[in-house]
Amino acid sequence: MSQARLSPGVLPGRLSAAELAANFADVAPPLDAHEAQVAADRCYFCHDAPCVTACPTSIDIPLFIRQIATGTPDAAAMTIFHANILGGMCARVCPTENLCEGACVRMEAEGQPVEIGALQRHATDGLMSRQGHPFRRAEPTGRRIAVVGAGPAGLSAAHRLAAKGHDVVIYEARPKPGGLNEYGIASYKAVDGFAQAEVKWLLGIGGIELRHDQSLGRDITLEGLRAEHDAVFLGMGLGGVNRLRTEGEERGNVLDAVSFIRDLRQAGDLTALPIGRDVVVIGGGMTAVDAAVQARLLGAENVTIVYRRGRDRMGASRHEQDHATSAGVRIICNAVPVAIHGNGAVAEVEFSYSEDGPDGLMLTANRFRLRADQLFRAIGQRLDGIPEGLALQGGKIAVDARGRTSVPGVWAGGDCASGGDDLTVTAVAEGRDAAEDIHEFLNEPD
Amino acid sequence: MADLRSDFIGIKSPNPFWLASAPPTDKEYNVRRAFQAGWGGVVWKTLGAEGPPVVNVNGPRYGVIHGPDRRVLGLNNIELITDRALEVNLREIKQVKRDYPDRALVISLMVPCDEQSWRDILARIEDTGADGVELNFGCPHGMSERGMGSAVGQVPEYIEMVTRWVKQYSRMPCIVKLTPNITDVRKPAEAAKRGGADAVSLINTINSITSVDLDLFAPEPTIDGKGAHGGYCGPAVKPIALNMVAEIARHPETRGLPISGIGGVTTWRDAAEFLALGAGNVQVCTAAMTYGFKVVQEMITGLRDYLDSHEMALSDLIGRAVPNVTDWQYLNLNYVTKARIDQQACIKCGRCYAACEDTSHQAIAMKPGRIFEVIEEECVACNLCLDVCPVEDCITMRELAPGEVDLRTGIARGGYANWTTHPNNPMAKAAE
Repeated sequence: MSQARLSPGVLPGRLSAAELAANFADVAPPLDAHEAQVAADRCYFCHDAPCVTACPTSIDIPLFIRQIATGTPDAAAMTIFHANILGGMCARVCPTENLCEGACVRMEAEGQPVEIGALQRHATDGLMSRQGHPFRRAEPTGRRIAVVGAGPAGLSAAHRLAAKGHDVVIYEARPKPGGLNEYGIASYKAVDGFAQAEVKWLLGIGGIELRHDQSLGRDITLEGLRAEHDAVFLGMGLGGVNRLRTEGEERGNVLDAVSFIRDLRQAGDLTALPIGRDVVVIGGGMTAVDAAVQARLLGAENVTIVYRRGRDRMGASRHEQDHATSAGVRIICNAVPVAIHGNGAVAEVEFSYSEDGPDGLMLTANRFRLRADQLFRAIGQRLDGIPEGLALQGGKIAVDARGRTSVPGVWAGGDCASGGDDLTVTAVAEGRDAAEDIHEFLNEPD
Repeated sequence: MADLRSDFIGIKSPNPFWLASAPPTDKEYNVRRAFQAGWGGVVWKTLGAEGPPVVNVNGPRYGVIHGPDRRVLGLNNIELITDRALEVNLREIKQVKRDYPDRALVISLMVPCDEQSWRDILARIEDTGADGVELNFGCPHGMSERGMGSAVGQVPEYIEMVTRWVKQYSRMPCIVKLTPNITDVRKPAEAAKRGGADAVSLINTINSITSVDLDLFAPEPTIDGKGAHGGYCGPAVKPIALNMVAEIARHPETRGLPISGIGGVTTWRDAAEFLALGAGNVQVCTAAMTYGFKVVQEMITGLRDYLDSHEMALSDLIGRAVPNVTDWQYLNLNYVTKARIDQQACIKCGRCYAACEDTSHQAIAMKPGRIFEVIEEECVACNLCLDVCPVEDCITMRELAPGEVDLRTGIARGGYANWTTHPNNPMAKAAE
């Protein structure tokens, strides 16, 4: 083991460029044609298939798999894209074990689902690499719609609106489109700049103008958008990060996991990215896993996820948890941080074991400390900068089943809106459905 | 342990599994390896008349039908009889038979339909030591265009005539191989029997085009842009072969005529089914061509285990199902069953529901939670749900007890009664 790997502190270059390249390669390489054929053969073409019901975007999975099996993968891709224009990214990042694959009847039959996610990637990658944008716009309607946020919800809404002939302007706060697809997902899940390639491909439909550095509340206002557009869709995600509220949280190298993930995704040279030798991640969701695994892959020697409740309550799926532990991450459950020690920067984190009882989480007298020269917070995100006048529900923008907010002419979807899991695929579904409702609304006779 | 030794029309072999006349039996190298692998006998690939041998195409000879996972369900071939010199084949046959005296070695023959040609070829094979001859009246492609193979097998009079010549000019046991490319297989079987055949073997391959190249617009296998029909074989043809074997086994004119069963035998179970329907042994080709000669080992152990578990000798199995092959009109119309779904085994795919709801009798209910249940009031016991269910034994057919009311008809299950006496049958005879 190299000296760099063992040095304490937050340092770059713990691993060689070659090691890093191998560590951050595609975590689930695509199926080739033969593998896809074998995988597709396993689908039973179920009636009213449970996998479709389990998919937030209701992709007709048995149909697209049959299209792969019969040698028409591009037709399969179109089946996917009609339901989910970000089917390529969803094939990479969906927690399929909790969604389509978890519902696959093969799970009941032999505990091994049809590889739906991998088959979806096979079809969508194929079409995207072989041809340009496959959808055509309807005749122009002359309507103009504002979409706030170029993440999964906003892109999905914008595409569906553009397809119906409306003109769309997307207002994005960050310098690149994609939202969490670009900034918030572990690098090895979407390699080779897929998020940007997908957005470029999606915009190929035309009629969508993308404006960057446009932050709601800073550069633009909801009132202004309403005045200049026929409808507004809000899909700006969750900009704020929950704090631990633990003594010593202000110490150095106590960071947000989402920032770490973002910086890693945007880093041109991973050997220049500093990482601790002892890293602690607080949280139990996919963000915690993505941060912890990538810390290991960057060369951290000891990486520990500490989650306050039992393992069964973790937001990260069992598959994600196993991925973490197989990468060498230790998962400690039922422990809550009570103090962050150190001189300037974090050096140790002190935890108290907890018990999850009927009256909520109780701390016990049992305590332990973990060495840490980096601490990542991953205990959830929250809505940041809420425009005035919007009713909230559970800290998010309240929407009805059609995605309508409390303000007329304003729809919302994705993580910033109430209802649904905070998943890419859920955001895509909400954006799509809101677009359908906007279209219907605009077509209603006055 | 069950004794698998077989005596088929006096030809003895250590087991009833022979390799059919086909590419696997075209030469000494293959046949020796087949015997080493455990095959009980072979029918040497068809020999033609003296003189320059036939030639084969130099493009693909096979077409294929795949099931899931590219499993070979059917093969089609346009290969002709042996394209090797007669003398070479005869020398090799003699050597192999000398080294494997306990194995059956039958020679398949196909020569022009005249007495002299048959007389000549029979004279040539006399001193090979072979155990018998099989007359190839089945090959449906190529040779049939020259008046041989199935061109003979489709004319009962020719079958009888040639068989008579063979029996006249040879003392060897004679098996007549029949083509399925005919309306009623009993007619050629009768003709073979009249001509003095010791046995028939069936089926030879079925006229077929396996697929069409949708870019070239030509049948496959495609030879320079054209295709000719070939002969179809493999698991896909087994049901056709079983029926033809059974027809001959139960036909009054041919009952008792020994049958060598051919057509899609892939496992011991397939073989046992042919034997139960009256075949004295079986011949195999596609299974060996797909998986190699070793498959015979599974056939041997499987058949042996089956016979042991049923405390049967091989001879007890042969023909045991023949009395139960009947005509539709004699089926018991008072036999009532109902589908039953085992909820523990059900994986909730809903294929039974789709099949019944869309294409049958709307006799399966889909209840909340994807619970699929049979509606006995609607179930006609067609069995389709069971057939499309991916889980073995998840759906079974329950037989109604005598006297139990069929909820669909409201009629209590009665005793045996068939169409011949049914009141709806205008031709019905009063029950005696």
